[in-house]
Amino acid sequence: MPSRIPPLAITAHTATSALGRGRAAHIQALRDRRGGLRANDFTAMPLACAIGRVEGIEQVELPGALAGYDCRNNRLAWLGLGADGFLDAAVAAIERHGAERVALLVGTSTASVGATEQAYRELDGDRFPPALAAPHLHTPHSLGLFLETVLGTRGPCMTIATACSSSAKIFAQGERLIRLGIVDAAILAGVDSLCGSVLFGFNALELVSPEACRPFDAARRGISIGEAAGFALLERDGEGVPRLLGHGESSDAHHMSTPHPLGLGARLALADALARAGIVADDVDYVNLHGTATLKNDEVEAKVLAETFPPHTRASSTKGWTGHALGAAGILEAVLTLLAIEHGLVPGTLNTTTPDAPCAPQLALANESRAIRVALSNSFGFGGNNCTLAFGGAA
Amino acid sequence: MNDTLTVHIEGIGWCSPGLADWEAARGALREGRVIERTGSAKSVPALLPANERRRAPEIVQLACDIAGQACAMSGRKASDLPCVFATMHGDAAITENLCLTLAGNPLELSPTRFHNSVLNAAAGYWTVATQCHAASNAVSASGATFAAGLFEAAVEAHADGIPTLFAAYDSHGEGALAETMRLSTTWGVALVLNPQRGPRTQATLHLRHDGRTQVAAPLATGTPFEAALPLFAALAHGRGGDVRIVSGRSTTLAIEVLA
Repeated sequence: MPSRIPPLAITAHTATSALGRGRAAHIQALRDRRGGLRANDFTAMPLACAIGRVEGIEQVELPGALAGYDCRNNRLAWLGLGADGFLDAAVAAIERHGAERVALLVGTSTASVGATEQAYRELDGDRFPPALAAPHLHTPHSLGLFLETVLGTRGPCMTIATACSSSAKIFAQGERLIRLGIVDAAILAGVDSLCGSVLFGFNALELVSPEACRPFDAARRGISIGEAAGFALLERDGEGVPRLLGHGESSDAHHMSTPHPLGLGARLALADALARAGIVADDVDYVNLHGTATLKNDEVEAKVLAETFPPHTRASSTKGWTGHALGAAGILEAVLTLLAIEHGLVPGTLNTTTPDAPCAPQLALANESRAIRVALSNSFGFGGNNCTLAFGGAA
Repeated sequence: MNDTLTVHIEGIGWCSPGLADWEAARGALREGRVIERTGSAKSVPALLPANERRRAPEIVQLACDIAGQACAMSGRKASDLPCVFATMHGDAAITENLCLTLAGNPLELSPTRFHNSVLNAAAGYWTVATQCHAASNAVSASGATFAAGLFEAAVEAHADGIPTLFAAYDSHGEGALAETMRLSTTWGVALVLNPQRGPRTQATLHLRHDGRTQVAAPLATGTPFEAALPLFAALAHGRGGDVRIVSGRSTTLAIEVLA
């Protein structure tokens, strides 16, 4: 078991998703029970499914100096970066600590592969067309290069791409860099955007629901894919701000695209997160579940939930509100978890009416008002890659 | 504040055109032979079971080959080691195949190719094959990928005080994406890094992130093979020295090698 770690201050955080731009839009949508999913109007070839599409990406214009980075994913990053004053907070942290003492850690699954898809649609003979020939539009690190240029950080900078756990794992990575004294702050960014690869790829795996996803419902039919941008700023100290208490990472060692049948990896990640936070399951008030609405994930995750936590721990999946934001899901749901703590609101599991039997008694379908001091967020990805994060309210 | 990370190398893996393992590469580097920088390389992923070897893409077999070599030399069980896999481009052949299918008939997309397309495919196959339940990571950082992955592995080793596996690899390729990214070399290197000195220590590295100086702009194309070579040349010669590798847009990873 890992040792307890000192908690870190989350001095700024924001999210942009199908629920809107910024934290206020998100808490309002949760309170109003207003989901962000709509019928697929993204793919040229019809695909009957619901998607969590962010409004306004098509209208974003990057500043002239950044025009070379123009693609859907970087536009979404730009849209999200400006919300809730995050860009100003990040710039202030860089001035406070020095650019070389601030890490820039990026989590994404597909980065700007939408631009690569477009380049292949518009092939010029057997080459990419000149307008889409820039290498920085086709690298898995495109988001990192874009944000490093925008922010001017000089600390460690890299992309973590572990599918749907990517932007949860950057919290763990940032915590390690600060604890070891390598940096004084870490800017965390998770962005993934809609593209053909993920919509038709998950469709080929028969994991896409034809209707808006219903996590943990007995009649669930698969995932709804979404897109999102989330940002967080980690520092050692901060007044009146929420805290990162712990993190746990593990590997299922079972299968590339199916979870371990007993949830072994999920249990290991959870145990390490609790140990680093110095808490036990009984201390946890709320768990934001991975809850994708695939048959397997929800079956395994509900079992782990029911066997690990007391009934007074409440839990829900927010995928029915936002869709599954894939590589950005970790940080989007971290921000939703922090909103739950701040506002004392357990968001329900939208679209779900009849939970699987037997299902975990902890699962909240309706919204619930209650004090939340400690909350967890689960993120599990292809390759059996798991991450659980533990958060606490303002000290 | 001491921001230097010291790691002790216990195992080394290698694969490049014409040089199948570290023993071959060490010989070539010691003798000052020209290291072939273009072409493909045959990999032998000993730890991948036969059925996984059939399913795994070539680049995953490459990653599992070098990772297996480093583990074998260290004498450590792969199942005990957290792992950091770093790749600048991931699987360009699969990306091209998916994009061409999407441009033709998206409904014909292969489900296996899709799940193999994630950047952590190597980490996924590796942890399944070795029954490793520890944390596994997949890192990419354009032309700074080698430095970023090595640094992350050292950070993870120190954060929990346990030996960690690091592997960096990329593959040559053909097609529009491979041409745009200039994917002309298959190469891979792996290290088992222990934060503590021990009887298996072969060499020691002091790693420091230098955010004030720039050795060179990171390359947007090609592979990080060239960036990694000076470190492995120093290891091959068993000589100490300083190596500086580009680690970001305007940053450097400073490495002091103690033989």
